[in-house]
Amino acid sequence: MNNSIILFSNVYKSYPLYHHITGGLKNFIFHLPKGIRQLKSKKYEALHDISFEIRKGETFGIIGRNGAGKSTVLGLIAGVLRPNQGTVKVMGRVSPLLELGAGFHPELSGRENIVLKGVLMGLSRAQVSEKLEEIIDFSELQDFIDQPIRVYSSGMLARLGFSVIVHLDPQILLIDEILAVGDSDFQRKCIARLDEFRNKGVTIVVVSHNMDHICRICDRVLWLENHATEMIGPGSEIVNSFQLRLE
Amino acid sequence: MNARTQHFVDIVLVLIQKDLKVRYKNTIFGYLWSVGHPLAFALVFYIAFKVVIKIQVEEYVLFLITGLFPWQWFSNSISASPMVFLGNAPIIKKLNFPRNLIPFALVFQDMIHFIFSLPVVALFLFIYNKNPYITWLWGVPILLFFQFMMTYGFALIISSTNLFFRDLERLTQITLTLLFYFTPVIYPETMIPPGFHDLVQLNPLACFVIVWRNLLMEGYINWFYLSISGLYGFVFVILGYFTYKKLSWRFAEVL
Repeated sequence: MNNSIILFSNVYKSYPLYHHITGGLKNFIFHLPKGIRQLKSKKYEALHDISFEIRKGETFGIIGRNGAGKSTVLGLIAGVLRPNQGTVKVMGRVSPLLELGAGFHPELSGRENIVLKGVLMGLSRAQVSEKLEEIIDFSELQDFIDQPIRVYSSGMLARLGFSVIVHLDPQILLIDEILAVGDSDFQRKCIARLDEFRNKGVTIVVVSHNMDHICRICDRVLWLENHATEMIGPGSEIVNSFQLRLE
Repeated sequence: MNARTQHFVDIVLVLIQKDLKVRYKNTIFGYLWSVGHPLAFALVFYIAFKVVIKIQVEEYVLFLITGLFPWQWFSNSISASPMVFLGNAPIIKKLNFPRNLIPFALVFQDMIHFIFSLPVVALFLFIYNKNPYITWLWGVPILLFFQFMMTYGFALIISSTNLFFRDLERLTQITLTLLFYFTPVIYPETMIPPGFHDLVQLNPLACFVIVWRNLLMEGYINWFYLSISGLYGFVFVILGYFTYKKLSWRFAEVL
């Protein structure tokens, strides 16, 4: 496929259950044989044989119950996780994973967090400072921008996070449940911005429990059930069957 | 400078700025801290060993600070390194970038603090009617480079491993305290009994402190210990990099 931008083929992902972490090095050394056995045997399978393809410019939704593996898929796309088997191919500049809660450094001010995130994402410091004012304007957080973000409310954090990312000119945008917070005004602004991105041909991957949002913005949807693919197809169709199942 | 290097430089700069902000709240304080801390130690040791125990070492204050400043750089970096990935968990879990730049920035920043403490050494040289030496011009950069490599290597090993064995942090603190007294910082290496003298070379820090002190106090480059220090630098940076490479892809899983 020429125009595919993200490609998962037969991806398996499991996490070892890191028991030894709680015990520490001391415990591990004193119970060495047991420790090694645990390290090898106890695994938690998060994704089982997942294959799909996201095309350039598509808005792709991922739905499923809690713990079905949705966030693991995003982590794999972001490149912070690696599959145990199979391959994940991502062709393009990925935005940082955008999700609820403190996604930034709590002691730094809003302004400093913008710079940190922008530079880590691949922009130069000069590019970030060029966009700084625009980002602050969009977030509507002028009064708080020089406060450490640990005093921010979750809505304010979401605003800041979203504002940074949409101004960083990503080719792939990853969004984990972020649209659920913020007042409806800001939500509308976000969705309008996402539409703008779609028109510009940015690929968007959204994880959400809000089926209205998924229906509204997604071209295609992947439904994960028990760590495996249940269905994949056009947005409204998948959402309907998912809602039927939940009832 | 190509784009990739430029980007790495930008990341390191931003991380250093962030660290200064988080650790010291602002830059000037950071500097005062990094110089004031070893000076306070120097005062304590001076009272304990010169005034009370009457150790037979000439120019003892100068002697102390020429050992304490390089020690302080190593010790600050190493004691911060177990937490360096843990403290940046939000960034590591969300974004794929070269994570080894985080400990790199940490060690680099402590090195800058050390460089800024060299004028204090010069000041004490003046007090003892001496002058900074011309050999500093090449001796200091070489030693900085070697010690940076060694400290960075150590920091990579400790920071990566601590994610999997979280009690490493305490072990690190204890080991640092032990290491301090095994290193000729408050006593000269010549006071070590002859039977144990060869063991000094096994302690990387001892080699560095001896070379630094010879260079800073007398302007003399101790080639023997300098080459051992260089060797330690290369060995540890390689070890550290391999440890990091082996473990780094699991970082986001365990944080």
